[in-house]
Amino acid sequence: MSEPLVRFTKLSKAFGSLPVLRGVDMAVRPGRVMAIVGPNGAGKTTLIKALLGLTHPDSGEISFAGDAVNGDEAYRARIGYMPQIARYPENLTGAELIAMLKDLRGEGATLDEELIEKLDLHSALSKPLRVLSGGTRQKVNAVMAFLFSPELLVLDEPTAGLDPLSSRILKDKILSATASGGTFIVTSHIMNELEELADDVAFMLEGRALFVGTLDELKRITGQPTLERSVATMMRRDWLTEAA
Amino acid sequence: MNTLLKVLKYQSKDAVRSRWLLAYTVFFMLVTEVLLRFSSDPTKVELSLVSVVLFLVPLVSIVFGTVYLYNAREFIELLLAQPVNRRQMYAGLYLGLTLPLALAFLAGLGAPFLFRGSDGSGMGTLAWLLVSGVVLTCVFTAVASLIAIRCEDRLRGLGAAIGVWLLLTVAYDGLVLFILAAFSSYPLEHAALGLMMANPIDIARVSLLLRFDGAAMMGYTGAVFLDFFGKAYGMVLTAAALSLWVLLPFVYGMRAFQRKDF
Repeated sequence: MSEPLVRFTKLSKAFGSLPVLRGVDMAVRPGRVMAIVGPNGAGKTTLIKALLGLTHPDSGEISFAGDAVNGDEAYRARIGYMPQIARYPENLTGAELIAMLKDLRGEGATLDEELIEKLDLHSALSKPLRVLSGGTRQKVNAVMAFLFSPELLVLDEPTAGLDPLSSRILKDKILSATASGGTFIVTSHIMNELEELADDVAFMLEGRALFVGTLDELKRITGQPTLERSVATMMRRDWLTEAA
Repeated sequence: MNTLLKVLKYQSKDAVRSRWLLAYTVFFMLVTEVLLRFSSDPTKVELSLVSVVLFLVPLVSIVFGTVYLYNAREFIELLLAQPVNRRQMYAGLYLGLTLPLALAFLAGLGAPFLFRGSDGSGMGTLAWLLVSGVVLTCVFTAVASLIAIRCEDRLRGLGAAIGVWLLLTVAYDGLVLFILAAFSSYPLEHAALGLMMANPIDIARVSLLLRFDGAAMMGYTGAVFLDFFGKAYGMVLTAAALSLWVLLPFVYGMRAFQRKDF
């Protein structure tokens, strides 16, 4: 088995007195799509934000490509991030936002502007972001995440708000990027979508990663035919105690 | 340094296009223009403008600043996910907010004077007024940034912003007056000077009013102030006090920004 690209070790974080992550252990292997699933408030977004350095963990370690993530920002040049539907400076255009990211990241990366073409964004990019619909802004988000052909792409609810065609295009893009060696961390509430994309699954509940393994393994353990049913089974507490 | 300039570039691009900022400029233009039409004496116009500037610049800077930064929350998260340094980013955000506001103020107040041309009278005072407005902008956007970073709940943050403004604009003067009245049998000139230095709006007000002829009417306290501001150490102390008012909230805000969880 290859060295993991990302490794979380006993990662804990509390917001005030509310524990959000309670000792998460998880490894993301290169060239694979890792789906993080779990109910709302399980800690999925906090885990992602800790990886990106947005949130400082209380204890535990994160390593990226073998190096510990500890306040230095250079590693983020190798990660692309697509946040949940977000509002950006409303008077800037999408093109300006993209130009800004290019400015910030500097030269060096091969630019991947394929999604602009495929999602038919050329005319939308010249308009101020405030006049764009939520779905179109989400498409701009997708373009920005893939733009620098990063080694790791972190997608938080990537298809939320997208129409079926765009969501199809985005999923195809993810699959073709994995085929050429890209690594993904994806969260979503749409299990069918993850079923199609994911190689590995991490199931989180109340700040813990209760299962980390391949999709097939998960189905075998739970004895269910689909990801959706497996996750539903795992969310039943009695199953957890049985397994323990 | 690079990150700072890049964040500044795009953020100020956004802020400059804000309709609120345009309204701010137009308001100052209209007020100045109207006052100039009613009076041929630029000094009188400037005296009226002092009150408007001291009232409005802090209010707009702190409220616009707080609201702007709360709205930029997701944008800040996107930026932080890039390989950028948090300190530089904070400085970029602060300047990207402060520069457009300061320019909007300068353009609004300065343009009507500029269009009229001038025989040179009152130009020194005008320059002083413009500088005071810019300094107040720097102070109150620094406080706004601190509030927006420290306070997670935007409603409370906005409340705090308006509270700070009310405190420094209204309540503080009431307090000073109360102290001066209560201890009127004591020589309070130097105490008054000290109290004034603790409030950036008061520093701006006193240093502006002393430039007008009416300052002679301010009695013994006025004379002490005039003497103080006339001396080099007085000017240095004033500049130091105002710099502290910018630096303290800025540095404190930057430290909070570095530790903040988004």
